[in-house]
Amino acid sequence: MENTPIFDEMWGSDERLRQPYQKFHSWFDGEDLKRLRAKQREAEELFRLTGITFNVYGRAEAEERLIPFDIIPRIISEREWSRVTRGIEQRVRAINAFLHDIYHRQEIIKAGRIPQEMISRNSAFEPRMIGVSPPGGIYTHIVGIDLVRTGPDDFFVLEDNARTPSGVSYMLENRETMLQMFPELFSQNRVKGVQSYPTDLRRSLAACAPDATGGRPVVAVLTPGIYNSAYYEHAFLADQMGVELVEGHDLRVVDGRVAMRTTRGYTPIDVLYRRVDDEFLDPLNFNPESQLGVPGIMDVYRAGGITIANAPGTGIADDKAIYSYMPEIVEFYTGERPLLQNVPTWRCSESDQLAYVLDNLEELVVKEVHGSGGYGMLIGPTATKKDIATFRRKLKARPGNYIAQPTLNLSSVPIFARQGLTPRHVDLRPFVLVSPEGIKVTDGGLTRVALKKGSLVVNSSQGGGTKDTWVVED
Amino acid sequence: MLGKTANGLYWMYRSLERAENTARLIETGQRIALTRLELGESEWRSVLQSAGTLDQFDATHEELTKDAAIDWLLRDRANPSSVLSSIETARQNARLVRTALTHEVWEATNAAYMSARDMLARKVVERDLPNVLGSMRRRSSLVRGMTHGTMLRNDIYDFARLGTFIERADNTARILDVKYYVLLPSASAVGSSLDNVQWESILRSVSARGGFRMEYGAGAGTRDIAHFLILDRRMPRSLAFCVRKLGDNLGYLNKGQMRPGPAQLKAQHIERTYLSHDIDAVFDYGLHEFIQKVLKLLAELSAQIETDFRFYE
Repeated sequence: MENTPIFDEMWGSDERLRQPYQKFHSWFDGEDLKRLRAKQREAEELFRLTGITFNVYGRAEAEERLIPFDIIPRIISEREWSRVTRGIEQRVRAINAFLHDIYHRQEIIKAGRIPQEMISRNSAFEPRMIGVSPPGGIYTHIVGIDLVRTGPDDFFVLEDNARTPSGVSYMLENRETMLQMFPELFSQNRVKGVQSYPTDLRRSLAACAPDATGGRPVVAVLTPGIYNSAYYEHAFLADQMGVELVEGHDLRVVDGRVAMRTTRGYTPIDVLYRRVDDEFLDPLNFNPESQLGVPGIMDVYRAGGITIANAPGTGIADDKAIYSYMPEIVEFYTGERPLLQNVPTWRCSESDQLAYVLDNLEELVVKEVHGSGGYGMLIGPTATKKDIATFRRKLKARPGNYIAQPTLNLSSVPIFARQGLTPRHVDLRPFVLVSPEGIKVTDGGLTRVALKKGSLVVNSSQGGGTKDTWVVED
Repeated sequence: MLGKTANGLYWMYRSLERAENTARLIETGQRIALTRLELGESEWRSVLQSAGTLDQFDATHEELTKDAAIDWLLRDRANPSSVLSSIETARQNARLVRTALTHEVWEATNAAYMSARDMLARKVVERDLPNVLGSMRRRSSLVRGMTHGTMLRNDIYDFARLGTFIERADNTARILDVKYYVLLPSASAVGSSLDNVQWESILRSVSARGGFRMEYGAGAGTRDIAHFLILDRRMPRSLAFCVRKLGDNLGYLNKGQMRPGPAQLKAQHIERTYLSHDIDAVFDYGLHEFIQKVLKLLAELSAQIETDFRFYE
């Protein structure tokens, strides 16, 4: 895998213009670089004015920063896309079935497909969810499946985000910005829409309302507050859905329901789209220090008085150690071969695999089992000797805390630089909505791009940018 | 609507109004200082007093100079009522209530903030002062305009208006509180040029010099100015105008309820008892005592609004 040439989504591996990019290419040829540079600046202004910023963790002052936006769309053909969505749907079905099983009969453990201790010793396993059946049987209402590509039809799942995936506001604002700046591109290309996402989200959440609901379900978004790095997105989604944006201190348990303090008293909430981690959700049931949650919400939840989306305890399905078992999980619950490939993964908890990893650190990517955002990770080929030595120590000290994967040759797509187009590595996070009415994958998703030449790290917290992602009709 | 959202709207619009009022006070102070050099320091003292921030200023400054006063009022973050602090507070609250605002109102607020942050990043030199102040006032007007033009007339709008008019009434009352003595009958008898400057200062502070001259004519005196600022319902910054608006908006919020809420009753009480007589009654009561009383009632009204609509726990 390491020695194959890099696949460029515009130029392939052999410098021949690929079909999805043909119309874009002739448009770009007729464009003046100076005008495009002005457009790039204009895009930045639009983002600033709209306030699409994120707060950077670990800084003294709550600094608001823009995620860099690149004006060149990433283009995927409908044919390529439909293969991907079938794979995503299959995977998401399996994840929900897995969660139900893990918190009920644990058939998959009894069948010997996953070792018992992978679950029982896992901090993402939530004992308070044992025997709880969430309304509609849905655990993961909103999922983000991170994909990378290495060839025309080679998509790999890098990570499943089954807790509270973020970034969908960027997908929507990126499209909005592109429509405003380059309307002609949308006349020339038949780009599938993403703008119905907020409406779909609201409908999907409402369809998961608990039995306690009287009349039209009341939906609300729970945010940790204005200083959270994703606050913009929380406000954006509440606004776009036309529902209240609440914080823990707006809520309390009244008559067995979770209710929000309005100017006229307390109103019960039926479905809470929470963007607060499990740990902080309920100081009575989880972290007693939490100021972000609602005391007693778990008791209401278990009694069927509210839907929490996503359900508590879903982290057990996107844990990086569980990830390595995903092919088995998909087969076990769907009875089908997985349509999307997993990246080969070494589990450092197993001694023979650890030995291999320690021998090959220079070529591998090592990740923390519970890490996210590109933090606490080693990229062997670009790491310094010192970094590698540090990780060797960490691995020996707590092997169960790490997994390792080969360094993939991520595909590249063109970005706009001063001198024109130049390739950079990307990944893709499609967004998936799950309700009793079905699974819906939004056409496209969020493309994250490593803006530094040769870099493979696309995380916004590490200097990555984003792009509009197009699925074009063939 | 969430109590928290009502609170955020109320303070967003209070802060915007305050930013604009403080900018106007600086403009007035600068104008007087430039045309009446002998009044320099005392005028800045009364400007700081009108802005309700003289004590804080004295506590943090050795002496009162024009530059120090302007910088304090305009961009000092230690002064919570400075133009910059007020705009930051407004924008912070706007982020908090983002879902209650239209896209247009949010963008206008965010643009006001970005512009203030840039223009007020460094000390403003005297030559740039008129432009900077003008720009701040235009930015806040733009938010107000977007509010009028794009927001639904529902309880969101009502809380925005409550914040605006409480702050505005408070501001007008504070200006009167500081300068009441130049409106006393004994002062008007003097009729010196000093008094005329003071009158001008009052009228400029509420952007109403032209309107006053038009309505009251050349022979107008101190009694007329007092009437204009306290009782004239045509004047959008008068106490009577603001308090009636507060009563109206509280009435809309209480629509459908069996009886008026406590805050609405308070607003009605202020209007009936203090703002429905003629100006002679005010002078008989004692202008200073009257203003002090109204300021106290406004503070109580604000607290009652917070309670009635569950701003906090």
